Amino acid sequence: MTTLVLIEAEGAAIKKASLSAVAAARAFGAVDVLLIGAHGAQEAARIEGVTRVLHADSTPHLAESIAALIADRASDYDHIVSAATAYGKNVLPRVAGLLDVQPITEVVEIIDANTFVRPIYAGSALSTVRSRDAIKVLTVRNANFDAASLSDAAPAPVEAISAAVEVPDAEYVGIELTHSDRPELESARVVISGGRGLKDAANFKLLEPVADKLGAAIGASRAAVDAGFAPNEMQVGQTGKIVAPELYIAVGLSGAIQHLAGMKDSRVIVAVNMDPEAPIFSVADYGLVGDLFEVLPQLKAELGA
Amino acid sequence: MKIVVPVKRVVDYNIKPRVKADNSGVDTQGVKMSMNPFDEIAVEEAVRLREKGAASEIVVVTIGVAEAQPVLRTAMAMGADRGILVQTDADLEPLAVAKLLKVIIDRENPGLVVMGKQAIDDDMNATGQILAARLNWPQGTFASSVAVEDGRITVVREADGGLETVRLALPAVVTTDLRLNEPRYATMPNIMKAKKKPLETIAADTLGVDIAPRLEVVSVVEPPVRQAGIKVSSVAELVGKLRDEAKVI
Ligand SMILES: Cc1cc2nc3c(=O)[nH]c(=O)nc-3n(C[C@H](O)[C@H](O)[C@H](O)COP(=O)(O)OP(=O)(O)OC[C@H]3O[C@@H](n4cnc5c(N)ncnc54)[C@H](O)[C@@H]3O)c2cc1C
Ligand SMILES: Nc1ncnc2c1ncn2[C@@H]1O[C@H](COP(=O)(O)O)[C@@H](O)[C@H]1O
Repeated sequence: MTTLVLIEAEGAAIKKASLSAVAAARAFGAVDVLLIGAHGAQEAARIEGVTRVLHADSTPHLAESIAALIADRASDYDHIVSAATAYGKNVLPRVAGLLDVQPITEVVEIIDANTFVRPIYAGSALSTVRSRDAIKVLTVRNANFDAASLSDAAPAPVEAISAAVEVPDAEYVGIELTHSDRPELESARVVISGGRGLKDAANFKLLEPVADKLGAAIGASRAAVDAGFAPNEMQVGQTGKIVAPELYIAVGLSGAIQHLAGMKDSRVIVAVNMDPEAPIFSVADYGLVGDLFEVLPQLKAELGA
Repeated sequence: MKIVVPVKRVVDYNIKPRVKADNSGVDTQGVKMSMNPFDEIAVEEAVRLREKGAASEIVVVTIGVAEAQPVLRTAMAMGADRGILVQTDADLEPLAVAKLLKVIIDRENPGLVVMGKQAIDDDMNATGQILAARLNWPQGTFASSVAVEDGRITVVREADGGLETVRLALPAVVTTDLRLNEPRYATMPNIMKAKKKPLETIAADTLGVDIAPRLEVVSVVEPPVRQAGIKVSSVAELVGKLRDEAKVI
C-alpha cells in the first residue's frame, strides 16, 4: 500500500499544511511525495516517513498539468492525498475526475484505509463515509493532523519526473502575493480576527499591535473582507481558511455559523463583543462584553507589561 | 457564446440543519430550501457577461428532485434564458452530478460553464473540477474576477497566499468565489417573465450515466458541542486568565 501526497513548497521550505498531510497519509503505509516547481526537493527528502520524492520541477502550477501528471502515475497508488489548501482543493478533485473516483474532501479524521470523517453543512454535522473506489483521493484538513517532522537521518531519494501528457490549454499568468511578516494563518499558534465591528480599514489596523505582542496571525470575518478591511486570504470560515490555533481571539465579530466553521476547534477562544447575546460567546472560553475600541488599546497595554 | 450555469437547491444558509435521529443524514423535511449562494453568484456573472456582450444565451441546469424547479425559475428571473431540470430522487455525489452535467453540456455545446465553487450542504468543492476533467477543459476555480476576450478567459483566483491569474482557452469551466460579484435580486416583473421562459425536464435515468454512489454514508452525527466558558469583567482579568489558567500566553 503506497500513498502519493501532493506537497507544496514555499521557497525552499515545505508548507506546514503539507507536512500534516504526510503525517495523515502515514496511517495508510508507505508515502511518496510529489513536489511541483523548482524549490523544496531537499527539504521534501527530509520529511520523516517519506520513501521517495517525485520532483516535477518544470511542471507549471496549473491544475490541468498537475492532475494529468498524477493521474498518469495513479496506478502505483491506492491513496492520493493533499492538504485541503486552495492548491490541493483545486487539483485533487480534478485528479478524481480523471480517474473516475469520488473525491473525499476536507477529511478531519481517518478511521481506516477506506473510512473517513468530514464535516458537512458548515460543520453542523460530521459525516463518516466509506469509499468503494479502488483509489481513494482525499484532501485533509491540516488543523486536525500533527505535522510530520523533518529529519537528516536518511534523506529519501529524489526522482525527477516530467509530464508526457497532453493537457488542455491553460496559461499561468502569475500571482500577486499579499506580503506579510506575520505567521501564516493556518499554522499560527495565536490568531486574532476582526469583524464588521471594527468599522473600517483604518480601525482594522488596531489589531496589529496586539498581534505583534502575541506573535499572532490576523484573520477576518467575511463581512470584514467584503467591506475591504482585510484581503480575502485572511477570511476564516466555511469558505475561507480553517484554523485551530492554541488561542483564537475574536474581536467585533458576531460568530455566524459560517465563521465558527473555521475556528471552533481552536484550543482556547476569546471573544470581545459589545453585544452580550452575540453567538460567538456560546463557543468562547473567555468572553469580554465591551467596546473593542476601548478593549484593544487596554489589551495592548496589558500585554506590554 | 452560450453559457451553461449548473445550480443546486440546498438548505437555506440561514437555517441551522438538524441531524436525523437515526444518524443517516441531515433532516431536510419541511426546511426552507434556496439556491446555493455560490450558484447565485454564478448566475449573476453569466448575466453580466451577457450584458457586456460576451455571451448570447444562458442555460441553467439543476439536477435533483421535481421540487428543484423553483431554483431554475429564480435563476431565470435573474436573467437566465431557459432552464433544464435533470430529474432524479437519488442522492447524488459530485462525480455523478458531473457526469450528468457532461451529457447536457455535450448536447448544449456552450463556450463556458460557470458554477459555484462549493455547495453549502455537502461542502465538497469538487463538482467543477471533476466536470472540467471529464470534459478535458481547462478550469478557473475560486474566481474573484473574470474577463472574456479573444476566445480566452482570464480568471483571477483566490489562492492561498494572494490572487493568482490564469488565462484559459474556451470552452472552460469557472467556479465562483464569494467576491466575484453581488447577485441582484429578482424583481417582480422579472419573476413574472421567468414563469414563461422554457423549462425542460429530463429524467436522469434516460441519460445512460452510472450514478451509483461511491461513498457509503456510515453515519452523520452532531459534532461535540463546545461549552461556553466564562465572562470576564476586565482586560486585566482576561490577560490574567490567559496567562495563569489557560497558559496560552
Ligand atoms: C455561503 C456563505 C459562506 C460564508 N462564509 C463565511 C466564512 O467563510 N467566514 C465568515 O466569517 N463568514 C462567512 N459568511 C458570512 C456569515 O454568514 C456572516 O455574515 C459574517 O460572518 C458576519 O461577519 P461579522 O461577524 O464580522 O459581522 P456582524 O455579524 O455584523 O457582526 C459584527 C459584530 O461586531 C459587534 N460590534 C460592533 N461594534 C462593536 C464594538 N465597538 N465593540 C465590540 N463589538 C462590536 C456587534 O455586536 C456584532 O456582533 C458566509 C455566508 C454565506 C452565505
Ligand atoms: N445537483 C446539482 N445540480 C446542479 N449543479 C450542481 C449540483 N450539485 C453541485 N452542483 C454544482 O457544483 C457546485 C459545487 O458543488 P460541490 O462540489 O457539491 O460542492 C455547485 O455550486 C453547483 O454549481
